[in-house]
Amino acid sequence: MNPAPSIVFFTTASGAGYGLLFWLGLLRPLGIVPATPAFALVCLVLALLLITAGLVSSMLHLGNPTRAWRAFSQWRSSWLSREGVAAVVTYVPAIGFGAALLADLPGLATLAGLLAAVGAAVTVWCTAMIYASLKPIRQWHHPLVAPGYLLLAGYSGMALLAGVSALGGVVGGPASFIITLGLAALVLKLAYWRMIDGGDPVATAESATSLGFIGKVRPLDPPHTESNYLLREMGFRIARKHAASLRTIVLVGGFAAPILLALLATQIGGGVALPALALGALLALAGLLVERWLMFAEATHTVTLYYSGR
Amino acid sequence: MTCLPEITPGQKKLGLVIDLDTCVGCQACATNCKEWNSSGHSGPLPDLKPYSAGAEGVWFNRVHSYEAGEGADGRTVHFPRSCLHCETPDCVTVCPTGASYKRIEDGIVLVDHDICIGCGLCAWACPYGAREMDEDEGVMKKCTLCIDRIYNETIPEAQRQPACVLTCPTNARHFGDLGDPESDVSKLVAARGGQDLMPELGYKPVNKYLPPRKRSSAAATPQEAVPTAMDIKNPLLRWMDKVLTR
Amino acid sequence: MPEAPTPSQLRPLASPSPDKHVEYSTPIGDTVKTTTCYMCACRCGIRVHLKDGQVRYIEGNPDHPVNKGVLCGKGSAGIMTQYSPAKLRAPLKRIGPRGSGEYAEISWDEALETATGWLKHVRETDPRQLAFFTGRDQSQSLTGFWAAQFGTPNFAAHGGFCSVNMAAGGLYTIGGSFWEFGEPDWDRAKYFLMFGVAEDHDSNPIKMGLAKMKARGAKFISVNPVRTGYSAIADEWVGIRPGTDGLFALALAHELLRTDQIDLEFLARYTNASWLVVRNPGGADDGLFARDEAGKPLAWDRARGAVDASLVDLSAVMVGDFTLADGRKAQPVFQLMAERYLAPEYAPEAVAERCGIEAARIRTIAAEIADVAFNQAITLEQPWTDVWGRRHETMVGRPVAFHAMRGISAHSNGFHSCRALHVLQMLLGAVDTPGSWRYKSPFPRPIPPGPGPAGRGAKPNTPLAGNILSFPHGPDDLLVDDDGNPLRIDKAFSWDAPLALHGMMHTVIGNAGIGDPYKIDTLFMFMANMAWNSAMNPGEVIRILTEQQPDGEYTIPHVIYSDAYYSETVPYADLILPDTTYLERWDCISILDRPIGSAHGAGDAIRQPVLKPDRDVRPFQDVLIELGSRLGLPAFTKPDGSPRWKDYPDYIVNHERMPGVGPLAGFRGADGTKKGVGEPNPDQLQRYIDNGCFWRDHLPPEQSYYKHANKDYLEQSKAMGLMGKSDQIVMQIWSEPLQKFRLAAEGHGTRQPPDRLRERVRTYCDPLPIWYAPLEHTGQDLGEFDLSAITQRPMAMYHSWGSMNAWLKQILGSNKLYMARARGAALGIEQDDWVWVESRAGRLKCQVALMEGVNPDTVWTWNAIGKRSGAWNLDPGSTESTKGFLLNHVISEWLPAQEGFRQANADPVTGQAAWYDLRVKVSKCAPGEEGITSPHPETLGLPPHMPDRPDILRYSTKAKP
Ligand SMILES: Nc1nc2c(c(=O)[nH]1)N[C@H]1C(S)=C(S)[C@@H](COP(=O)(O)OP(=O)(O)OC[C@H]3O[C@@H](n4cnc5c(=O)[nH]c(N)nc54)[C@H](O)[C@@H]3O)O[C@H]1N2
Ligand SMILES: Nc1nc2c(c(=O)[nH]1)N[C@H]1C(S)=C(S)[C@@H](COP(=O)(O)OP(=O)(O)OC[C@H]3O[C@@H](n4cnc5c(=O)[nH]c(N)nc54)[C@H](O)[C@@H]3O)O[C@H]1N2
Ligand code: SF4
Ligand code: SF4
Ligand code: SF4
Ligand code: SF4
Ligand code: SF4
Ligand SMILES: [Mo]
Repeated sequence: MNPAPSIVFFTTASGAGYGLLFWLGLLRPLGIVPATPAFALVCLVLALLLITAGLVSSMLHLGNPTRAWRAFSQWRSSWLSREGVAAVVTYVPAIGFGAALLADLPGLATLAGLLAAVGAAVTVWCTAMIYASLKPIRQWHHPLVAPGYLLLAGYSGMALLAGVSALGGVVGGPASFIITLGLAALVLKLAYWRMIDGGDPVATAESATSLGFIGKVRPLDPPHTESNYLLREMGFRIARKHAASLRTIVLVGGFAAPILLALLATQIGGGVALPALALGALLALAGLLVERWLMFAEATHTVTLYYSGR
Repeated sequence: MTCLPEITPGQKKLGLVIDLDTCVGCQACATNCKEWNSSGHSGPLPDLKPYSAGAEGVWFNRVHSYEAGEGADGRTVHFPRSCLHCETPDCVTVCPTGASYKRIEDGIVLVDHDICIGCGLCAWACPYGAREMDEDEGVMKKCTLCIDRIYNETIPEAQRQPACVLTCPTNARHFGDLGDPESDVSKLVAARGGQDLMPELGYKPVNKYLPPRKRSSAAATPQEAVPTAMDIKNPLLRWMDKVLTR
Repeated sequence: MPEAPTPSQLRPLASPSPDKHVEYSTPIGDTVKTTTCYMCACRCGIRVHLKDGQVRYIEGNPDHPVNKGVLCGKGSAGIMTQYSPAKLRAPLKRIGPRGSGEYAEISWDEALETATGWLKHVRETDPRQLAFFTGRDQSQSLTGFWAAQFGTPNFAAHGGFCSVNMAAGGLYTIGGSFWEFGEPDWDRAKYFLMFGVAEDHDSNPIKMGLAKMKARGAKFISVNPVRTGYSAIADEWVGIRPGTDGLFALALAHELLRTDQIDLEFLARYTNASWLVVRNPGGADDGLFARDEAGKPLAWDRARGAVDASLVDLSAVMVGDFTLADGRKAQPVFQLMAERYLAPEYAPEAVAERCGIEAARIRTIAAEIADVAFNQAITLEQPWTDVWGRRHETMVGRPVAFHAMRGISAHSNGFHSCRALHVLQMLLGAVDTPGSWRYKSPFPRPIPPGPGPAGRGAKPNTPLAGNILSFPHGPDDLLVDDDGNPLRIDKAFSWDAPLALHGMMHTVIGNAGIGDPYKIDTLFMFMANMAWNSAMNPGEVIRILTEQQPDGEYTIPHVIYSDAYYSETVPYADLILPDTTYLERWDCISILDRPIGSAHGAGDAIRQPVLKPDRDVRPFQDVLIELGSRLGLPAFTKPDGSPRWKDYPDYIVNHERMPGVGPLAGFRGADGTKKGVGEPNPDQLQRYIDNGCFWRDHLPPEQSYYKHANKDYLEQSKAMGLMGKSDQIVMQIWSEPLQKFRLAAEGHGTRQPPDRLRERVRTYCDPLPIWYAPLEHTGQDLGEFDLSAITQRPMAMYHSWGSMNAWLKQILGSNKLYMARARGAALGIEQDDWVWVESRAGRLKCQVALMEGVNPDTVWTWNAIGKRSGAWNLDPGSTESTKGFLLNHVISEWLPAQEGFRQANADPVTGQAAWYDLRVKVSKCAPGEEGITSPHPETLGLPPHMPDRPDILRYSTKAKP
């Protein structure tokens, strides 16, 4: 699949934003992050900025952005519609959360925060399901995709949260969460890659053409000599070597380095913690951009069976 | 709306049956489709950079050719590909706007271009590559099964068929109700063992593909026993005494 | 057989429930007009729907006998040909050097004045100095007539490089041909062998016919080095080596003779198998038919000895050595034929290796053919009367049908290979019988059909009497001077190519370039892309067209060209006469030329304008007629010097070639009730329009088959003016005209070939079909040039016409060289690799595609996809010119020169260009050479006022919301 920059940015940014919102709403009542309204507000604004930037970017992908509002109508069947609804709905408690903080209504803030956390999780789940429900794309229609989205959103949100809480002088809790989430994400990603590398194709040129009864099917002439929308959108192929090095970048830069930096922050603390965690957050986000890019680049669509036979 | 209609037994399922045994890959169905639809329900079907490098456009029907098998058993097969008007297609259910819909009354899958936001998700959800983005207008388009022909009362009855079906010089395309087991197309499918494409995806395509027929085996065996030129001195003598009349 | 369109199998759908997004019943357009498609030469009937004066939809005319409602991929894309930005806009005069593409637009008056000036001078001095050659046109009855009126023998259409081998092979053998003058019995054949056909002129009828055959369960065998298109749906694909079909056919004949599975009765009745051939080695009459005093060929009657072979009560003896009354020895044709093909050299084992087909397979095919012909014969309960006046209660058919085209034709042994196929048909008794190959109206015709070609004695200001392209019967009909040198610029009808029935357009520019046999003043071309895809070796053509003599004059001083589009040839003309498109003009698919007749009856058709041109262009036929009157050609001028014809429609309706015979055969006579012969009908064109722009005669069932010996048919045909006589047309296994050329070569008669050509004429003018290796192959190292290279027509493109069509060009915007996967592996070549393709004549660079279904010793590509940069108003970066390539760049128009003489790379009998004899070697490009084709001649400039190329094309006649 063609890694459209707007979508890659969208899932990374709003994923991190929702992750941040989620943890903020959830952990604040548990006292694991700084309790000051200022801290919460900073996190909240950051989260909403990322979410909004992501959503706006995703609209760039539309052929007809002015009609985007129509996308809320089909929540009964469409994960994309559900995502839209969830995203919009989540703004309500999120903004309520902020208002309660400003108005100094701690009880309401906690409740709104928790609701926002639920909204964030649901939204990310919906986003994930958009991809996970696409049967023609085997690398997406995969049991680890939705958990992966949640986990990565949580991980990147946590990395941000840790950075901000380090600003507020709190290091321990969030940073150790980074390590746990990061390790979990790393294991999940490794498992996912293993599985998609070895997985059976969902269909073959033989089944796509119904000609398998004759023998192996190879394309002879395409219907058109130049490209088209489908090929540009779905015909993208990444070289194995290239993919392997990008995976390494993701593992090292996106997971290992932030984990190590978080370890560093928890072990050394003090003046090191803030820059370590801030750098960790940046690396995690950058790593996830690459991961998301790969998520597309490594995905194959059955339509290419018709053109290249694979 | 993008929920799929309940399929009841005997429900009308309009679709195409494509005979891979006679298709010669002439592209008539593809160009005639383009021609009809350019000014039809979904028109225009834009062409980008039409006279330069990278010319491409929106087509609802594209004809591939494949080679299957090797050696003496190998075959070349021409293969037209268009929307299969699936019974349970995710291209409809994924649509966030309701632009993509499957009609209850005949099973035709259509896009309402007035509300489509051009998100492209339905194209991702279609395993068969049957959806075509009009990148100029920013909306998705696709085969309409010539909805503006098949019911068109201004066209003579015999012509109320999809453009691609009427134009096909080898009669490799048939149109009809595949929900009715007694229809000509259903009988054809039954007789010729019509196939689904990628049945493993579970979309239950309505369109069927008739497989290339088994090659007829040798009808006669060579006569080795007859004397050869080498055997008898003058094989011409055989004809010497043949009595021939006008 | 009924010709009505097959009724649609669909019951009308019930009215749908309303859907607010759908308008179910929008009328297609506001106007509909019928005319004839011209996206190729197949002549399908179309209905053009217009909306607000724009083309909404073009569909097949369901009532039309050719296509019965279907349209092919090209025909369906007519809209984009009509609205192409490559259309020429106004008459042009060259203002820069030739080839520069610098022009000025001029008025029609100036254009016609200029042309008249040049042509008048030529006509007044030496009319031969006009070479008038036309390409893909369908108005040869007008253009040929015009040329004869002008007085130049140098006229032909493109047939000499196209399919003359098929035309000549058929017309000199069975009186019809595979090429436009015959068709398989699609409704009854049980076994169908197709040789070397990718698409053919009968584009839609073949497709419809194959579908019918398959539906009936007939067996279809395609003999073709490549398994695509029609071959893909064949029951069996025989991947023969190029150029060896004749050998394969003769091996089949060998098998049929060896196993005595032949229709001896048919041979005796309908062919010259029983005719006696004089055996007098070294004598002037050797190999000629023994004839009686009246000149009638003799056969040996069992009871009476030598008698008139046409006698109804003949009981012919087919084998034996006979002595004629005058003491000469004679043998029946059958014996000579059987002797030859029974020889071991034609045994399947002997040819298998060469043809690339296993001997066992050849045997099996022969057995199958025989089985179907003799054990599965068809008997129709259809009485008919033969030429001897005898009524037969049934028609017996041998349901084995053959068809062949350029895979046979485009070889230098194609004439004989084609004849070999016809001999095979005759052995089976499978000519115009139920289930076999059938004549298409207006054929059969006498063998050969008419008098010899006109062209001798061209004089200033004097028309030539007769047809310029006609049928030599022997040396006396050749167009040669007393020394045996050619009279025509292309050397057609000379000892170089005695049966060059269609001229030799491929040699015109080359010959004119070196003034052999003489120089010309004006080259006038119409609808032929001679500086590109219809040239063998376009680079050389371009060199000659731009060559200047020391005095600065071009070697060919004047070039006039009529095209409708900015093709590669336009920049090489001095004067351009822009034509209309096929939707903008009248045309006449004339009974005098290549009409739409079929086995079911005669027919012809017209085109009517459905759109008004939006540019300053004029139909070429109108222009030619006006030039005719400006030049004062007798048939184009009234006695007072004023124009005889107002325009082409006037000519179509009122011109009479012979009394009562004109361009159109239908609706003749003052009231439109006569067919074939009848006075002009002023309403004729309207009658055609009312009838869907065609006319079709329907043969009664008793005339459907055995037309060569069917009394009613032959008499009817004569009555309609299609033939001069209603005699039996006896098929010619032994060809006497060929023997006459051979005798001349052996030193007999007053007209003899020059010494350098004697051996050649003697060898190739064999009265029985022979096989020889393609001439091109004999002169080179086949070890080095180890691959045969051929082209195929893509179904969705018509030569160069498709690339300016925005839809068609997407389907095939560039081409690759296809090669067997195993061969590629052996050469270290992978899919899409760039390679050099080298022949003895040059080299080119292109990309490779690997496939299974191709003869391993053959490479091939789609024809005419490569375009010259800048032509056709395409962006110079278009894939047509960066990746597309023409195989023509490595094809030589000459055989390697021998002793100072160069011979066209052509069939030695017919002059047919031998495109498919090409041999090449293929090797991978050096790194860095990939990415662009070679040769890649410089970008052509555009003529003035060509429209911009849009970035987005949104063609639609739909009301904009
Ligand atoms: N390598 C290779 N070369 C081949 C062949 C092959 O098989 N292989 N085939 C050969 C054969 S059989 C043929 S017939 C030739 C065909 O080759 P050409 O005779 O050159 O035919 P085209 O390229 O179709 O078109 C000729 C010209 O007609 C012009 N034209 C189109 N429509 C109109 C019109 O309405 N009016 C006028 N005035 N002009 C029009 C086009 O613009 C084009 O310039 O190619 C030959 N060349
Ligand atoms: N779509 C389309 N239709 C056309 C045309 C076009 O350009 N496009 N051109 C028209 C013209 S001008 C012509 S002349 C006709 C020609 O129509 P065809 O006769 O169909 O011409 P080609 O495409 O040259 O096909 C020749 C076939 O012969 C095969 N072949 C080559 N060499 C040999 C051989 O030695 N033996 C055998 N058995 N096969 C061989 C090739 O693989 C190819 O399949 O088509 C006409 N119709
Ligand atoms: S029109 Fe018919 S023969 Fe031609 S490509 Fe389409 S299905 Fe095949
Ligand atoms: S073929 Fe594709 S677009 Fe058509 S109904 Fe099926 S899934 Fe949808
Ligand atoms: S592109 Fe249009 S039709 Fe397709 S899913 Fe998006 S909104 Fe629906
Ligand atoms: S049914 Fe109509 S829209 Fe669909 S492929 Fe055929 S011509 Fe095109
Ligand atoms: S075969 Fe196609 S292009 Fe040729 S005349 Fe018929 S419809 Fe037109
Ligand atoms: Mo041709």
